[in-house]
Amino acid sequence: MKTFSKVMIIALLVAALAVLLVACTGGAEPTEQPAEQPAATEAPAEQPAATEAPQAEEPKLIRAAWVYVGPIGDGGWTYAHDQGRLYVEKNVPNVETTYIESVPEGADAERVIRDLAQKGYDVIFTTSFGYMDATETVAEEFPDTVFIHISGYKKNDTNFDNLFGRMYQMKYLAGVAAAMRSENGKIGYVAPFPIPEVIRHINMVAKGARSVNPDAEVQVVWINTWFDPPTEREAAETLLNAGNDVIVTGADTPGPVQAASERGKWGLAYDSENACDNAGDGCIGVPHWNWGPAYAEIIEEVRNGTFKPKGRWPGVADGIVDFKFGPAATDEIKAKVNELKQAMIDGKFDPAAGPIYAQSGCLALEEGKTLTDEQLLSMKWFFQGVNGEIPDAQPPCQ
Amino acid sequence: MEAAFFITILATAIRAGAPVIYAAVGEIFAERSGVLNLGVEGMMLVGAVSGFIMAVKTGNPWAGVLVAMLAGGLLSLIHAFLTITLHADQVVSGLALTIFGIGLSSFMGQNYVGVQGPQFSAVHIPFLTDLPVLGQILFSHDILVYLTFLLVPASAYFIHKTRPGLHLRAVGEDPATADVMGISVARTRYIYTFVGGVFAGLGGAALSLAYTPGWTEGMSGGRGWIAIALVIFAFWEPWRAMLGAYLFGGVQALQFNLQTIGITIPTYFLNMLPYLFTILVLVFATGERMRRHLGAPAALGIPYIRGER
Repeated sequence: MKTFSKVMIIALLVAALAVLLVACTGGAEPTEQPAEQPAATEAPAEQPAATEAPQAEEPKLIRAAWVYVGPIGDGGWTYAHDQGRLYVEKNVPNVETTYIESVPEGADAERVIRDLAQKGYDVIFTTSFGYMDATETVAEEFPDTVFIHISGYKKNDTNFDNLFGRMYQMKYLAGVAAAMRSENGKIGYVAPFPIPEVIRHINMVAKGARSVNPDAEVQVVWINTWFDPPTEREAAETLLNAGNDVIVTGADTPGPVQAASERGKWGLAYDSENACDNAGDGCIGVPHWNWGPAYAEIIEEVRNGTFKPKGRWPGVADGIVDFKFGPAATDEIKAKVNELKQAMIDGKFDPAAGPIYAQSGCLALEEGKTLTDEQLLSMKWFFQGVNGEIPDAQPPCQ
Repeated sequence: MEAAFFITILATAIRAGAPVIYAAVGEIFAERSGVLNLGVEGMMLVGAVSGFIMAVKTGNPWAGVLVAMLAGGLLSLIHAFLTITLHADQVVSGLALTIFGIGLSSFMGQNYVGVQGPQFSAVHIPFLTDLPVLGQILFSHDILVYLTFLLVPASAYFIHKTRPGLHLRAVGEDPATADVMGISVARTRYIYTFVGGVFAGLGGAALSLAYTPGWTEGMSGGRGWIAIALVIFAFWEPWRAMLGAYLFGGVQALQFNLQTIGITIPTYFLNMLPYLFTILVLVFATGERMRRHLGAPAALGIPYIRGER
């Protein structure tokens, strides 16, 4: 009996840790929609589109698959991607889609992606930064399948490309709106991870805010998670306690904005068009994703055989990112934000243009110059007006 | 650093701790009766989603709380049936319950993501809330937080000072003797496993109706596991579980607050601490003498079959 209880305790411990690991990575059972037609038309389709088939009325069937890092019910990042998939189903003729949700980054992801490729999907979208290496590996093994990785920087010459949107343009607008609404010029940012994408977004909020109020400050709290509602909220409460009266979130749920609303303060949500719906009266607006058109375009390219990897980074002019107002947006804010957005679409204004000062106050980019994509994609330093620390910061000037 | 800095941290700790306290106290009851239930995370999630759905449908958050408790309790009965009636392995059954609960809650909540529902907001208690420092720390919260202040002493009193509490401990320590004394081991274990589920469901409701109002998949974010870890940390005592829950909430709040004044501690390290401590306790607690000393129920995790030793 004695040894048995020991065994039990050890088993308990190991099992609890194992499940914890799974639970932490959002490990719900991957739900997979079974593919309906197992490729009757494309059995001999080893050479892509080289066969000169007679022009049928129906365009060639394209089967597309998505790999999601979270549950589609997260109301944020993954939800937005799934909206994109649904857009494809609705607007692209003769296409068949499937998805697998809550796939942890790492070894599991590679297995899931390979599995989809083996099932004969023509194009596979992997929608999290951490899938990059796994996608690259599988892309090498399946040269006839097109792989699109979201938010990374790797690609090859034939069948593996990356796709992201210039969300920083919308984050600049968020900064403008935040500073116009704020009473004391203090803006808090709930920041997921110190990676270039997030840093870029924080910087653009600061730049936008300072364009309205030269004394505006953006205070950063790192939460080291994309999705953890209670933690996101705690970070927001901390920022509110520290005197910030507008909260901008870079994480996946509208919880931080909700916290601000409850105290009669304001906030800006992220990711999904509907994010303001459940964020209270204080929601000024939401910089959101609109993946559908970009997905549709890639699928058509694959169908026509014109697909070529090129590193896709479209912006507001292409509609992949947008800004939607919430209940706390004043007419003044709406007018200003819409004006700036139109200027970006027309190519008359670029938030990445100088002059840009780094956190220490030194001039990082002169007037008349614009940050290159390279600089934007590898950004590891804060702009002036940001209060916070990057663990391995690389400031461009001292 | 001014006093206000610490006051806000302590107040946040108490708010953040409430859902974990419910789940941990519930698990203490179950484990005290000898049933280890690793399904807390699943029961919390099902409680959170069903409570939220009910609150949305009726517009009454109290109806939500009731349904959440019931849902958690019902789920725990699956575990009770498998482990008490069928003598199944408690670890396996509990893990299965968590996995089931995660899936079930996602399924139930798919149309409720982003829906606005009723919620408990902060309740001003005359006199108490107006107390200078204590008022802000202890009495600036919602009703579900205040309830933990009553639940913990009541549970401690029940376990140690009442006759049913004595029976509960007897069943967890030495079921054979309890059986001989005429206490039904199976019935007692059923009851307290159910109580554990009820409180886990209530903890879920404290999340979806008060702390982070609304439903998002997986919203408990591992707090069910923290609760299980805290039970060991607390050596199966409600008071210490409360303290542990506040420590957990406080450490997180402290970490964020330190960032706002320019000090960064890695969150990863802090998030690891409760589990690290649990491991340490388990390492030291494997000796029989030590186990007794720490207060682990002797029959924890062992199915009781009459006549078998």
